[in-house]
Amino acid sequence: MTLTDQTDTDLRSLLNDVLGLGAARAGALTADSGLFGALPELDSMAVAGLLTEIEDRFDLVIDDDEVDGDMLGTYGDLLAFIRAKRGEA
Amino acid sequence: MPATWPCPGPAGLADEHAVVFDRTRAARLLIVPPLFEEMNRTRRFLVETQRQLDALGIDSMLPDLPGCNESLQAFSAQSLGSWRAAMIAAARHFAATHVLAVRGGALVFPTSLPGWVLEPANGAAILRQLLRARILSAKEVGVAENSAELLEHGRNHGLELAGYRLSAALVAGLGSAMPEDEGQRVIRQAELGASALWLRSEPGEDPAQSAALARLIAAEAGT
Repeated sequence: MTLTDQTDTDLRSLLNDVLGLGAARAGALTADSGLFGALPELDSMAVAGLLTEIEDRFDLVIDDDEVDGDMLGTYGDLLAFIRAKRGEA
Repeated sequence: MPATWPCPGPAGLADEHAVVFDRTRAARLLIVPPLFEEMNRTRRFLVETQRQLDALGIDSMLPDLPGCNESLQAFSAQSLGSWRAAMIAAARHFAATHVLAVRGGALVFPTSLPGWVLEPANGAAILRQLLRARILSAKEVGVAENSAELLEHGRNHGLELAGYRLSAALVAGLGSAMPEDEGQRVIRQAELGASALWLRSEPGEDPAQSAALARLIAAEAGT
């Protein structure tokens, strides 16, 4: 398994843990699946928790001004953001 | 079972609420809950853990932190110091022999008791998450705020974060507070065999996790 595939797996697992999606829904997320604005579970408190978990599990730091609809709009956006932060992109 | 206990506060002693399972047995566990939203998210999990502990022969008490849950005291009057004093008073009132501190509860639990800390959180991480939630909410309505300025204001004047009115003392205290465990055993989430309920915006409960935690405590309580 490549590092990149591992990031995808870890992010699905993290979204499942934070949003309680269930393994089936988390596994079915595609690059176009909507997150912020599309999932009612994802209010500002949940986003704050999500970002903290991302920082912990992927060992990176997210600045306040990096957080916007562009990085959280879809599953693909968020995955691309994390890959870029980790130097995988 | 609901019970009350006398808690020190700015206006003298106030009655605070606790959930207790008390049959005057030898092992008596004080549970210090997480702070802020995580307290609500873990409540059913912790009360279910108390039920399981009861079945395993261990008494337990889950007191409210003053200003939280059923408490009539003002949240805005609280600090890490007031919560520490409250938890010491609760431990004394209920004659606790052991303690379980959960997440941010590790910042305010009575360190003289033996016991466990479950995934202790540091104060700066808790504060950062609250600040982030406020900044995101502000952004949604087109207002730009930043952590550094909010913190500076909060340390001097207190701050409204995610629906909580934090005193200046609480903001300052959280900024530097580290888990205070001294010899208590650190329990990691992986030992409970599932993902953490405090992460979820709509957590529900997980009897299997509660049972795992209760078994672990009963096995290590040494009674």
